[in-house]
Order: sequence, then C-alpha cells, then structure tokens
Amino acid sequence: MNPAIVTTLPPKTRHKFFSPARVSAIACNTLLELVRLKVFYFLLLFALLIIGCSGFTSIFDFQFQEQFQILKDVSLGSMSIFTLMLSILATAMMLPKDIEDRTLYTILAKPVPRFEYIMGKLLGVFSLLLISTLVMSAMFVIALYAKQQIVINNTLHQGAGIPPDQVKAMIEGVKSQTFTVSLIPCLITIYLKSVLFAALTMLISTFATSSIFTIFIAFTVYFIGSIEGLAREYWYSTPNGSETAKILMGLVALFFPDLQLFNLVDDIVAGNTIAMGLFVKTAGLGVVYTFVYSFVSYVVFAFKEL
Amino acid sequence: MRKTAAVAVAILALFGASKMHFEQQLAEEHRAAFFHGAKLNLNMRQQIGQLGFLAALSGFRSVVADYLWIEAHGAWERTEWGRMALLFNNVTALEPRNVMFWDLSAWHMGYNASNFAIRNPKEPRQALRIKAQREYFKLAEDFLLRGIENNPDHYKLFESLATLYKEKFDDHYKASQYYDKAAQFPFSPSYEKRFAAYELSRCPDHEQEAYEKLVKLYRMGENEWLPTLLSRLNYLQEKLNIPPDQRVYTPPAKK
Repeated sequence: MNPAIVTTLPPKTRHKFFSPARVSAIACNTLLELVRLKVFYFLLLFALLIIGCSGFTSIFDFQFQEQFQILKDVSLGSMSIFTLMLSILATAMMLPKDIEDRTLYTILAKPVPRFEYIMGKLLGVFSLLLISTLVMSAMFVIALYAKQQIVINNTLHQGAGIPPDQVKAMIEGVKSQTFTVSLIPCLITIYLKSVLFAALTMLISTFATSSIFTIFIAFTVYFIGSIEGLAREYWYSTPNGSETAKILMGLVALFFPDLQLFNLVDDIVAGNTIAMGLFVKTAGLGVVYTFVYSFVSYVVFAFKEL
Repeated sequence: MRKTAAVAVAILALFGASKMHFEQQLAEEHRAAFFHGAKLNLNMRQQIGQLGFLAALSGFRSVVADYLWIEAHGAWERTEWGRMALLFNNVTALEPRNVMFWDLSAWHMGYNASNFAIRNPKEPRQALRIKAQREYFKLAEDFLLRGIENNPDHYKLFESLATLYKEKFDDHYKASQYYDKAAQFPFSPSYEKRFAAYELSRCPDHEQEAYEKLVKLYRMGENEWLPTLLSRLNYLQEKLNIPPDQRVYTPPAKK
C-alpha cells in the first residue's frame, strides 16, 4: 500500500434517529423559499386595509366607540382571513412543488427520516405564520394608537372650558376603549387557528393529487368545521332524531375540527373577557389538534410511494 | 396504501371520539362565559344574504355586523326608521355581547325615531303620531331588555333602561329599580345609587323608603351633598313632616 495515497477518512459518526439541526435546516429552507415567493406582499394589502378602514370610519358621524369597534373588527377579521389563506396556500403547494422540483428525492436520499422532513416543512410554515401574525399585530397596534391619539386630540379640542378632572376622565374613557389585555388572547387564537390549518392542509396534501385539490378540500373543511358545533349538538341533544341524520352528524363531529371554539375574537372585541383557565383549555385543544394532524400527516407520508 | 389510509382514518376516528366529549364540555363552558351567543337563523339568512350568512357562520360575524351597522347609519341619515329597526335586530343578533350595539339601537329607537314620529309632517292625526311614538318607546325598551338578557354582567344597559323609563315612560319606580340594579355592579359609576334614590323620591307611596335612602347617602359625607340630593331630601322632609329635631339637613335660610 502506497502511503502517499492514503487519505484520512472522517471519523465515523453514528446517524442520529432525530436531529434538531436537520429539522431546523429544513424549516429555515422552507421559510426562505416562502419568503422568496414574495408572500409578504399581502402585508401591504393588510396595511392599506386598516389605514382605509381607519379613515373610512372618520367620514361617518360615528362615536369614537363605534370607530374603535369597526377598526378592531376589520383588522382582526382581516388577520384571520390572511393568516388562514396563507397557511392553506403555503402548505398546499409545498409537497407537490418539492416533488416537481425533485428536491424531495434529494432530501430523502440523504439520511433524513420522513418525519423530520414533515416536521421541518411544518415548522417553516409555522414560522412564516408567526412572523406574519406579529407584523400584522404591530400594524394593528400602530393604527389603533394613531386612532386613539386623534380621538384624544379631538376630545381635548372639544373639551376646552370643561374642568380638567372631567377632561381627564374623558381621556381615560377613550383609552379604556382602545387597548385591553384581552386583545392578546385574540391574537394568540388567530395564530393557533392558522397553525392548526397548516397541519390539516399538510395532512390533506400527503394524499392529494394536486395543490388545487388540497386547497379546495382545506377550504371545505374550514366551512364544515365552522358549523361542526351544530352537528355535535345534534348528536348529543337530539335523542329522537332520524338515524341517518344522526349518523351523518356524528361522522362530521368525529372527523372535523370544531372551529367555532376558536372564534373568540368577535366576542372579546365586543367586550367579553375570557378566563385564563378557559383560554388555556381552548389553546390546548388547538395544540392537540395540530399535533394529531401533524402525526397523521407523517403516518400517511411515511408509507407514500414516491 | 390502503393499509396506510385505514391506519390514518383509525387514528382520526379515535382522536375524534375522544375529543367530542371534551369539545362539548368546552362549548358549554364557553357559553357559560357568554361566548358564541349569536342567533343565526333562517330569517337572518334571508335578510343578510347567502354570502353574509356564510361569512357570519365562518367566524366573521363581527365584520358582517359592522357592515350592517354602517348600513343602519345610512338608513338613519335617510330617516328610514323601519329599516333601521330591522338592521339593528340583525346586528344585535350577530353580536349579542356588544353592549354598544344594544345601547345605541335603543337610543335611536327611543329618542330619534320617537321624536321623528311625534313630529311626522306626513301624519296629520296627533293620536296616530302619539301611537307611533309609543311604539318606538316600546321598541327601545325591547332592545334594552333583550340586551340585558344577553349581558346581565354589565351595568350600562340597566342604566340606559332606567333613563328610558324615567324620560320616556315617566315610570319613576321602574327607573329607580334599574338604577339600583346598575349600582350593584362593582365598577358602575357612583351616581347610579343617587339616581336610584332621586327616582324613588318621585314615586307616590315610596316616600319613606326614598327618604331613608337619601339620608343614608347624605350621611356618607360631603361628596354626596349635591344640589339635587339636598333639594330632594328637603322636599321629602317637608312631605313626610319630619320633626325639625330629627331632620338631617336644614336648607340655608332664603335671603
């Protein structure tokens, strides 16, 4: 053996069953891919929408409570729609795109287990949703603060001649209508709902034949999930109902998530407060749903012939 | 692949079966905390259209309610009171936990619409104008009563109903009762209990009760010695013939 051609081999390392580094590499790449798709342009639309809404409410002769109500409803409603659309659209095209680009084969040819691939992809989408929710929340807070300042200035202007303690009370009244602690659970539930939907869309996309099919089914599930509560009520509280209807309702309640439970925003903005225990239970349910859908996605993907 | 699908369906069914009961319990807890109280029925479906109904069902109730509220504002500018009442009914059905919607709906009906009705230039008969005005008072009362039913944990609607009874129905006893109820809430304004006593002092056969309430307020300190309280107290002292040595308040001698 010629010692000149002997090369030093790298020390033999044992392949780890689970590697957070591999998962985070996939997640970072997924996030980067999504950012390159210029998905953040929708934020511009969101900004225009809340600025427009803020100005629009001033045109009418609305009281400041009505103005804040409309601004909050439109902003949080738009956040719900945008995060939902983003989660469904971004997740639905991930697997088909990776298959089309052959990236999936390159990744899976390396010692990357399939569950790490699914986990990485989902974490990438979750990060995108987190960034989007945070940016939209920041825009919402800025718009609300600007509106509050306008209303306070108007109050000071109209309150000329009124005793200072009364003006102070009026300003306190305006401030109490603007920012409330309960807005935080609103933002968290919006994020959780979008994360749940990303996991669900991933599950659909593991057996779907095209992105369009995945998107269509995901939106259908959204609408069914929104009335799933009614189906469950029927199952539990109608003992004498028709058997066929009962079985159908039972199946709906069994396989679809009850999205009504995550629609807390409307009532919270209206002035309802949510107890911490109740919020934790609701958020916990969202996390469990996300985990179960992610797990089933893995089960289907693990045995998928590629 | 079939085996995988069966496993996936089995996991989902197992999870579904275990979550159903939990979800039912959670939904009940939500309802107990006044969440998801919106009443979406077929009548509303006809009035707000299919898209609006779908949006309301899909978690965008508040946006639909705001849209209808803006429409009601337009109807107000055109003085279409009937349409306003219809829209207010839909808005409050969509957002039953929004005190502001109940309160302003009642205000529009009880004050604006009723005022228009009594001055309606198209109705020459006064009896019919008065009848229309009373109908709007009743509509306002109905909004506030339904509002209270949906928001029994907020003082504002109790206060608005009391003011309506006082100013529009001239029913001081009911006004006093509702001001009293509003005063029971921990964060209600301090004037509620005074207003309750003032209104009671205007009710025949309740003078003694009102006098005791006013004395109690008077004894709470100088902060409560407001002109109306003093004048009502003095009025009742005179009316009940309270002996001079037992009177808590002596008005300053007139110059």
